[in-house]
Amino acid sequence: MTQYFLSVHHDEAGQAEMEAMTEDDMQRMFTQVGAFNDKLQAEGAWVFAGGLQPIEQSTCVDATGEKPVVTDGPFAESKEYLGGFWIIEAADLDAALQWATEGSAACEGKVEVRPFQSE
Amino acid sequence: MDVTRTAVERIFRDEHGRVVAALARRFGDLDVAEDATSEALLVALEKWPVDGVPPNPGAWLTTTAGNKAIDRIRRERQRDVKHQAALMISDDTPHEATGLVEDDRLRLVFTCCHPALAPEARVALTLRLLGGLTVAEIAAAFLVPETTMAQRITRAKAKIKGAHIPFRVPAAADLAERLAGVLAVVYLVFNEGYLSSSADAEPLREELTDEAIRLGRILRTLLPDEPEVAGLLALMLLTDARRTTRVAGGELVPLPEQDRGGWDRALIGEGHALVRECLARNRPGQYQLLAAVNAVHTDALTVADTDWSQIVTLYTHLGSIAPSPFVELNRAVAVAELDGPEVALALVDRLPLTSYHAFHVTRADLLRRLGRSAEAREAYDAALAATENSAERAYLTRRRDQLSGP
Repeated sequence: MTQYFLSVHHDEAGQAEMEAMTEDDMQRMFTQVGAFNDKLQAEGAWVFAGGLQPIEQSTCVDATGEKPVVTDGPFAESKEYLGGFWIIEAADLDAALQWATEGSAACEGKVEVRPFQSE
Repeated sequence: MDVTRTAVERIFRDEHGRVVAALARRFGDLDVAEDATSEALLVALEKWPVDGVPPNPGAWLTTTAGNKAIDRIRRERQRDVKHQAALMISDDTPHEATGLVEDDRLRLVFTCCHPALAPEARVALTLRLLGGLTVAEIAAAFLVPETTMAQRITRAKAKIKGAHIPFRVPAAADLAERLAGVLAVVYLVFNEGYLSSSADAEPLREELTDEAIRLGRILRTLLPDEPEVAGLLALMLLTDARRTTRVAGGELVPLPEQDRGGWDRALIGEGHALVRECLARNRPGQYQLLAAVNAVHTDALTVADTDWSQIVTLYTHLGSIAPSPFVELNRAVAVAELDGPEVALALVDRLPLTSYHAFHVTRADLLRRLGRSAEAREAYDAALAATENSAERAYLTRRRDQLSGP
């Protein structure tokens, strides 16, 4: 079994869409994602998952120099930010892609699949 | 027995996919499989000219490569004592020309053409591992530096390993879609040979069309019941049958002007048999329909004998299962023969293909036939600007310069 990182990225357009979502839209997505998470757990594929607060709330710490430096904001200015993720166990990439297909439909966003290093 | 280096290399190339696939299944690692197979070639080059070619060269290569792989794994594992226990991988699966081993090649091709790999990496891996071409040959085929191609292949193999792309034939539910990806790789290789897209290459590159046909034949052996596999092979054979008549004096010769006596009747016979087999199966798909179009062309002894209405029907069918402006363009060419250039031009003019050379070539020809020379000249210029193929440029330039009137 290999662990895969399934990440959901939000760009500015996606962020705007999210903000424009109605209560019902949000509720529908939460229900879908909840059902998907339940399925991951029921089939033993679940390792961990979470949704992240908006990128404005991130803080960077750099301790590579003499003194740690704390700065407000993301590591790099980018058009896309990580919005949420799943870590799953799957037999191979095909199985991981199948989970990603279901996850993408559930969260109504594009999902990137990236394998963890095995050791 | 006189065994030349070329003969050894030819056998090696034919057996490459089988040997790599068998080793990949056995050792679960494409790198190990590929390197061991290459090492087996070196042994063959040394031994066969002295001892003669063994009765079953594929089995010999698989055994030799398998031993090389075990040697390598032993060497590596000795450096890494904690894995010592896992050292003794053994597999006594005999090498056979049918059955399990054929399945291995099928697994190999689906792994090489996995949708998680970049399209250019799929082509490169398929030619390298299944086709047995060297990295240098593949680099030359796609006119990129050898180091670039080597990196592309290395990166793709690293992804197969790191992301755990499975070495397996897809489940029935996914087979049709995944197979379409495999066929697209083969057809892409064929098309680059059919009409080279580069000014720096020969206009027709038979090393590529031949290789694509060889891959098509392998797929046909592996998947005898898939009509699209038969369709693609038929399409390539029927197209290739016209090869020697497609260029004369450095100039491309369009289909209606080709010397039909020069068409390869053996390839045509084989292609027609495949098309008939597809018709009998009655599970049409895009390659089968394109093959059928080519069967109609190769059936006609002269251009005037061409059953254009049949061709229009086939393109209409194709447009209904795989809608695309390219299909509409080809359909319009046939419509011109049935209903005249004016009707066809109206169809062509609404297609969003202004950066595609064949669009301008078709328009130029229709406008020429309508006597609209000035517009035809512009269309020839647009076509020339959109193609780098030397033979096509020579043909278009002559046609443009022969236009009469303003």
